[in-house]
Amino acid sequence: MEIIVCIKQVPDTADVKINPETNTLIREGVKSIINPFDMYAIEEGIRLKEAHGGKVTVITMGPPQAETALREAIAMGVDDAILISDRAFAGSDTYATSYTLACAIDKIANYDVILCGKQASDGDTAQVGPGIATHLDIPQVTYVKKIVSINNEKAVVERMTEEGYDVVEIQLPCLFTVVKEINDPRMPSLRGKMKAKKAEITKWTSNDLDADPEKLGLKGSPTQVVKVFTPKRTGEHVMITGEAPEQIAEELVSKVLDLLK
Amino acid sequence: MDYLLTDFQKEIRDLAWEITQEKVIPVAAELDEKNEFPREIMNVLAQSDFFRLFVPEEYGGLVENGKGMLELCLVTEQLARGCGGVAVTYAATALGIFPVILYGNEEQKKKYLPRIADGTLAAFAVTEPAAGSDISVIQTTARKEGDYYVLNGTKHFITNGGEADIYVVIAMTNKAKGARGASAFIIEKGTPGFEFGKKEDKMGIRASATRELIFNDCKVPKENLLGREGMGFIITLKTFDMSRPGVAAQALGIAQGAFDVALDYVRKREQFGRPISSFQGIQWMLADMATKIEAARALIYSTARMADSGITNIAKESAMAKMFASDVAMEVTTNAVQLLGGYGYMKEYPVEKFMRDAKITQIYEGTNQVQRNVIAQHLIKEALK
Repeated sequence: MEIIVCIKQVPDTADVKINPETNTLIREGVKSIINPFDMYAIEEGIRLKEAHGGKVTVITMGPPQAETALREAIAMGVDDAILISDRAFAGSDTYATSYTLACAIDKIANYDVILCGKQASDGDTAQVGPGIATHLDIPQVTYVKKIVSINNEKAVVERMTEEGYDVVEIQLPCLFTVVKEINDPRMPSLRGKMKAKKAEITKWTSNDLDADPEKLGLKGSPTQVVKVFTPKRTGEHVMITGEAPEQIAEELVSKVLDLLK
Repeated sequence: MDYLLTDFQKEIRDLAWEITQEKVIPVAAELDEKNEFPREIMNVLAQSDFFRLFVPEEYGGLVENGKGMLELCLVTEQLARGCGGVAVTYAATALGIFPVILYGNEEQKKKYLPRIADGTLAAFAVTEPAAGSDISVIQTTARKEGDYYVLNGTKHFITNGGEADIYVVIAMTNKAKGARGASAFIIEKGTPGFEFGKKEDKMGIRASATRELIFNDCKVPKENLLGREGMGFIITLKTFDMSRPGVAAQALGIAQGAFDVALDYVRKREQFGRPISSFQGIQWMLADMATKIEAARALIYSTARMADSGITNIAKESAMAKMFASDVAMEVTTNAVQLLGGYGYMKEYPVEKFMRDAKITQIYEGTNQVQRNVIAQHLIKEALK
């Protein structure tokens, strides 16, 4: 089974700072890690390989330093890594990013399953995974919490919903985005780290891809971040106080009923 | 202090600390309270190749034959910063398999070392109810019968007892010869006549399993004899020479773990309108604790490097490392409890556990009194030359 895992390198902090002038993340002084949700995709890829044989290839699009994220994935047990990096990709939104990744996957050509984390912890859009499947014109299931069964033709998976989960059957090749319920990612191994240090990372630029230049980078990005802000809290709040709970409850009910009038 | 570790040694240390933070510290108090064996953590350590650090390359390990002591110490130290019980469970497998690495023949090494490299646990069984520091009075016997040895007797206080799959057991093949009549056998869990008895309820290192081994006409193939008959005593001595730096590293990690909590606490705790770390009395305690920890670390790493360089006679140095580091651990953890005051005495904070865990390091792998005997004997012997 040929498995491709798409990962993203993100800043290692829960509260990232934003430059108010450019509306972009301030990355200086922040350690970079593999997007936490992508760790589950890597783990699931390695488990599929362990159970069914084949190979796991991890790909990322990003600046040259994203190579460290690929080496971390190798230390966990993936076989091959490809870095897609070019000035021409700068300023890509989720549309251009998913198009570029789809072009790279087209070049790999031979694959059965593509795995992505459900979203990245910095952008939080959850659009790149579904975008890749759309560009490649293959079926997809998002928010996968369990791969129930899989063979060379089809898979049955559980897709997480707010109330429970759906059971979905899907034809291969296909793309899954995965949620954290799917597994417990392994720690890297010492042999993996030794291998990661020596591993050759394949590097592709826009010249290596059969891509329409008009669809790359800022030029190929139909969306633009105009402003990033925390919405102001609107509306008033009233504290109802009193001695007896019954009295407070009565007052609350009458206020709610007033609103409904 | 910079110990000039290689890049690989730094990676080993850092990954061990990462695992300690993610997998050990969150469950340490619960394992302690429930007396629960850390099987899951051992599986993580196995998957991350940590059991390959004391197995030679040709048998699936990651080190050259005769090396790996410093690496073992680095890992044990980091694990003990989180839990002394987890650390000893790991290190006791090294202890259990050292006799095979040191004295095993090719077949024995081929049979057992790759399994250890993959994460199978081992144990070393010498101690008996009546035979602690004095192993010449071991009661367990091994009687030769054709192609087998038949073992009878009881071992107790065996670390990893019941949990390990591979045991090296010291038994008397010739009681009349005393210590010179002891021999070492490799015995696998599940061998008929080999049962487990009482599981101990301990003061500290409660995550580790400490259990009785009972041999009742247990037939062991003669191929499982290590070395020759009568070599049990020398195998035991040489094995403990190799394993004492690991216990020293466990003590070091316990001391460091307690110190880190104490330092963090005194910087935050305010009394009389200021952090208690601003009081000179507290500062001097911190300075003494940190200096002693660093001195212990320097002694342990130097001893480990001696062993890794191929020097086989490290009895004096490894006794010094074990004795000094464990005495430091007891002192530092006691002072850590003192620095946290009433909070330090409560189970809500981890320092009381560090203090309970520290005590055993002054006792096992040879009491610190026996260590002092060993050191003095070497000093006197060296002076004679």
